[in-house]
Amino acid sequence: MYQALFFLFAASAVGFAINLLIQRHPIHSALSLIGVMGSLASLYLMLGAEFLAVVQVIVYAGAVMVLFVFVIMLLNADKEEPSDRSKMAKYLGLPLLFLLLAMITVVIYRQFPEDAMVQFGDFPGQTAAIGRLLFRDFLLPFEVISILILIAIIGAIVLAKKEP
Amino acid sequence: MQTSDLIRILPEIILAVAGIVVMLLGAFQKQNAGRMHPAIALLGLLGAAGAIAYQYPWRSLDPAFGGMLELDAFSAFFHILFFLVAALVVLSSSEYVAQERLASGEYHALLLFATMGMGLMASSNDLIMIFIGLEISSLASYILVGFRRGVATSSESSLKYFLLGSFATAFLLYGIALMFGATGATNLTEIHLALQAEQNTVTAMASPQLTPLVGPVPTALVGLSIALLFVGFAFKVSAVPFQIWTPDVYQGAPTPVTAFLSTGSKAAAFAVFLRVFMVALEGSAQDWVWLLWVSGLLSMVLGNLAALLQTNIKRMLAYSSIAHAGYILVAFTAHSEEGVAAVMFYLAAYALMNIGAFAVVSHFGNRGERYVEMEHYAGLGYRAPLLAASMTVFLLSLIGIPLTGGFFGKFYIFRAALHADLVWLTVLGVLNSAIAAYYYLRVIVFMYMHPAAEQIPVERVRPAMGFVLIFSMAATFLLGIFPQAVLDFASQAAALLLENLGNGVL
Repeated sequence: MYQALFFLFAASAVGFAINLLIQRHPIHSALSLIGVMGSLASLYLMLGAEFLAVVQVIVYAGAVMVLFVFVIMLLNADKEEPSDRSKMAKYLGLPLLFLLLAMITVVIYRQFPEDAMVQFGDFPGQTAAIGRLLFRDFLLPFEVISILILIAIIGAIVLAKKEP
Repeated sequence: MQTSDLIRILPEIILAVAGIVVMLLGAFQKQNAGRMHPAIALLGLLGAAGAIAYQYPWRSLDPAFGGMLELDAFSAFFHILFFLVAALVVLSSSEYVAQERLASGEYHALLLFATMGMGLMASSNDLIMIFIGLEISSLASYILVGFRRGVATSSESSLKYFLLGSFATAFLLYGIALMFGATGATNLTEIHLALQAEQNTVTAMASPQLTPLVGPVPTALVGLSIALLFVGFAFKVSAVPFQIWTPDVYQGAPTPVTAFLSTGSKAAAFAVFLRVFMVALEGSAQDWVWLLWVSGLLSMVLGNLAALLQTNIKRMLAYSSIAHAGYILVAFTAHSEEGVAAVMFYLAAYALMNIGAFAVVSHFGNRGERYVEMEHYAGLGYRAPLLAASMTVFLLSLIGIPLTGGFFGKFYIFRAALHADLVWLTVLGVLNSAIAAYYYLRVIVFMYMHPAAEQIPVERVRPAMGFVLIFSMAATFLLGIFPQAVLDFASQAAALLLENLGNGVL
């Protein structure tokens, strides 16, 4: 049952991701991205990471995507014209990418015997544990991230405001 | 969290507060706010340096925030270097910011935040903290690079830097995730212990569901993680083959920002690179030394050969910065205490001479950076003798002529490499620095021996800029004549960084 669901969501995540790349219109790409996020959220849920799944839906599929769509709407973005792609990226990039992916897959597959791999659905809820980690052991990174967000806000304003 | 923890991050807190004050000042005070920004930024940097000095001696025996931060001599060395670099950049950019009408408040605030991120990078002992520090400094630099909004190349280089930088960060993050998967730890010291004992630390998390994962550390996974971490760090230090962004970004960015990127950011990236590889991964050195060997050699060769062909000074200095990353990687390849000390010394010497060189380029560039081509420098030796003389000093130091900081930097690097039996790498490195002499000397030849085709205007040097030039020149000579004090500091820091590991103590 879990296995069937896993393949369903994994396949749809990959399918949406490919669709995202080949669509010419930004809106279609944005909608495919929602599909990717949703499928990933389902995968997280099956692994017992219910907090991550919910955050994935609220933050990525919700907030970030709304921003994406707004920007596309405000810019009135139209179909993208294919630009001159570099030959090197075309003939060297893709094969190298697949080589890298294959290597990662082989290493991970070889390293872990099948019974050591993660079993679906047998993790208990761990939201409380995440909270404890976040606000006790990882308090400093959590607080410091606020500066990161501040920088992003300043950057958006500086780069976008009207010249005085 | 205790008071001692807060004192450990006091330098970063001071910088963050100074950055916020600078940023808010513009909102409340409309007139003449621009004059206040550099002063507050400098005060913040001074305060942060004071907070570092206050914690002397830097022998962190109880790491702050449960092992997240280590304020040891290594991190103190880099903190002081970053504050110095940031202060010199603030001083040398006051002219530039006014003449290009950049948003002064935001410029100085971002500079302070970037410095804070670099400080966090230097002192963090945890991969999560390292990642966040790296992101803070990178994000601020992406924005600073695009600060000349009216100029197409500036925006273009900012976008390029942002896209490629995010991509490299993704590699780094994946490497961190795999390292956590393999060892069950993100703390560098814990990773070191896990790799040494060849047992991962997942048990510590006391989760019965994870028991299948407890056991020996999967070595191939560690290797994969090392490769991915290497990609992330090599991008940040602009080592070949991850250097593609460097020339475009260095050319398009405002010149003072370029100076900041090529000295401060590079030093910060090398600081985490050193700490992660020498502290956490020293045990698996045989896996990564050859990566550094190849990358170091390629960086030297490619950087120097490409620099030969450049006519734009900023672009030439960008390629030279790739070559210098190569020299530093030579010392890193030695992965010894001496090698770490040589890297630290070189970063300090390189920062001072490069900031000086970029300050001169920024001053000559004039409004809109119009005069940054090699031919514009023709005849400047006679029309602006003092500026040309200081440029000559910085370029000679970049070559590595004796009596300058660059000489001892290279000397220590090649000595460390020879002591680690890297004969071939040393020979090729020395040959490379001979090639490099050509393009640095070419600028000097242009300044003194070519008749000026076009009389470019040379503005009067303001006191702030004059101070930067005199300071960097004096420091370059000082490092070239009395290098011992700085080298001793670096050696002690390197010894302390590695010695703690031998005992297995934190």
